[in-house]
Amino acid sequence: MTASEQQFLDNPLGKTTTLDDVVDAFEFLDDWEDRYAYIIDLGKQLPAFPDDERVEGNYVHGCQSQVWLIHHFHEDSGRLYLLIDSDAMIVRGLAAIILVAMNGKTPRELLTTDVDELFERLDLFRHISPTRGNGLRAMVGKIRDIAAKEVAA
Amino acid sequence: MSDLSVANNASKAGFDVAAVRRDFPILSQQVNGKPLVYLDNGASAQKPVAVLDAMDRYYREMHSNVHRGAHSLGDRATTAFEGARETVRRFLNAESTRQIIWTRGTTEAINLVANGLAPRLREGDEILVSHMEHHANIVPWQMVAERTGARVVPVQVHPNGELDLDSFNSLLGERTRVLAITHVSNVLGTVNPIAPLIEQAKARGVITVVDGAQAVPHFRPDMQALDCDFYTFSSHKLFGPTGIGVLYGREQLLEEIPPYQGGGEMIERVSFERTTWNTLPYKFEAGTPAIAEAVGLGAAIDYVEGLDRQAMEAAEAALLTRANDLVGTVPGMSVIGTAQNKVPVLSFKIEGLHPSDIGTLLDQQGIAIRTGHHCAMPLMDFYGVPGTARASFAFYNTLEEVDQLFTGLQKIQRLFA
Repeated sequence: MTASEQQFLDNPLGKTTTLDDVVDAFEFLDDWEDRYAYIIDLGKQLPAFPDDERVEGNYVHGCQSQVWLIHHFHEDSGRLYLLIDSDAMIVRGLAAIILVAMNGKTPRELLTTDVDELFERLDLFRHISPTRGNGLRAMVGKIRDIAAKEVAA
Repeated sequence: MSDLSVANNASKAGFDVAAVRRDFPILSQQVNGKPLVYLDNGASAQKPVAVLDAMDRYYREMHSNVHRGAHSLGDRATTAFEGARETVRRFLNAESTRQIIWTRGTTEAINLVANGLAPRLREGDEILVSHMEHHANIVPWQMVAERTGARVVPVQVHPNGELDLDSFNSLLGERTRVLAITHVSNVLGTVNPIAPLIEQAKARGVITVVDGAQAVPHFRPDMQALDCDFYTFSSHKLFGPTGIGVLYGREQLLEEIPPYQGGGEMIERVSFERTTWNTLPYKFEAGTPAIAEAVGLGAAIDYVEGLDRQAMEAAEAALLTRANDLVGTVPGMSVIGTAQNKVPVLSFKIEGLHPSDIGTLLDQQGIAIRTGHHCAMPLMDFYGVPGTARASFAFYNTLEEVDQLFTGLQKIQRLFA
């Protein structure tokens, strides 16, 4: 079944789990095991992703693992809601961080969000291989494309 | 030994891995705050000082274009370059240096052969490959098949990673024109019994092409004993530089097939009315070649041949045995590819973990492995996995490093528990 509007609105990432939560948590984690344990935990917060949405049109190319991304534009609030899924746990965690920063914002906000600055704040790229960094950028790029289309619509 | 070779620390008698490691400066560094454990040799191997010095010395003392002949530097460069070709000939036990063509690597070598054989292929002809081929030994044939109406037919693989010989026997038939098969699987480590396969194919007049990229880092293939028509490998997996590889070919076939690329060096005489080709091997070497890389490859072969081959193979086998013994210490871990005869390559999966998770978290511990489809998607489909994690060992790896791999995997599992 496809995702209902409610499923999009219920996504806690970016709503009850905020960017400040993530940044604060990262500050206290100084070894790789704790940092990745936290990333894996964040990935567990990703809401269920509808099976029938795992199709080519929703596939995010440029990641080492399989990643799918769907969106819902909420007319009343003018906000864009997102769901992401992956078969790799760490990618799920990184997707959760992206959602914390980008889920439930207006398309215009999304186009002006400096995601690189966010990743720098989290010091993410230092701990993440370039290939994985490319996967992060691929997800962010897809969200930006969606936002740009909504702005143009 | 060429005059460019540098003495190496590894003595010919026996095998002292600590001494060997000192020949590979890159191995003694820290990655992510941990000592590097390099287990991605199947993707690309590291280079001994002998190779670095040979290339450095080439550029410092003798660089110039080859085969142009008007001055002394040109002569020295040509001598070094052709000396490397002779080193490769000796390594492969080929009859003549006319059979040793420089390419950019295995991929280009197979493309050269596939394109060269295209004029012989007709609608309905079959090109026999195997289910365990690297894409480099599938896609060039598919491209040629597209042009000619030929078909690419895969020989099946047993679940343990061995080639299905019944499948081979039933598929080698009237329509088969080419057998293109890997000597060693990059994913499974399986050493295919190519000698009898080549013999059977040749008895039917089938042209045989062997992808030796994963074989040469572990053992020395003998062209006169194998008697295949073509054999290919890349320098960078054989501890030499990137950007150069080798195509060995049967002389008569190399004479018959048309040049692959046109340009300088590969011609005898050019006019607007008629251009004639240079003799072998230059007919296939258009443009200025990768001279320093050829010299580097020669030095790499000299280095490897300077090791005690028997002791080195025993040391590699010990690495694989140790790894296999430790698989049971990681719950949910299973090995993909358990052929009787295999090189030290360990492809594996761990229940509940994605290969990319394994790769990322090993990297945090300084351990480099490969994860993904390994350019062998048909084989991934066969095993029903999106990819595998692969640790591939070289003679400079130690038993302690194998232990570190498994300690690392146990740590990762605790993280997900």
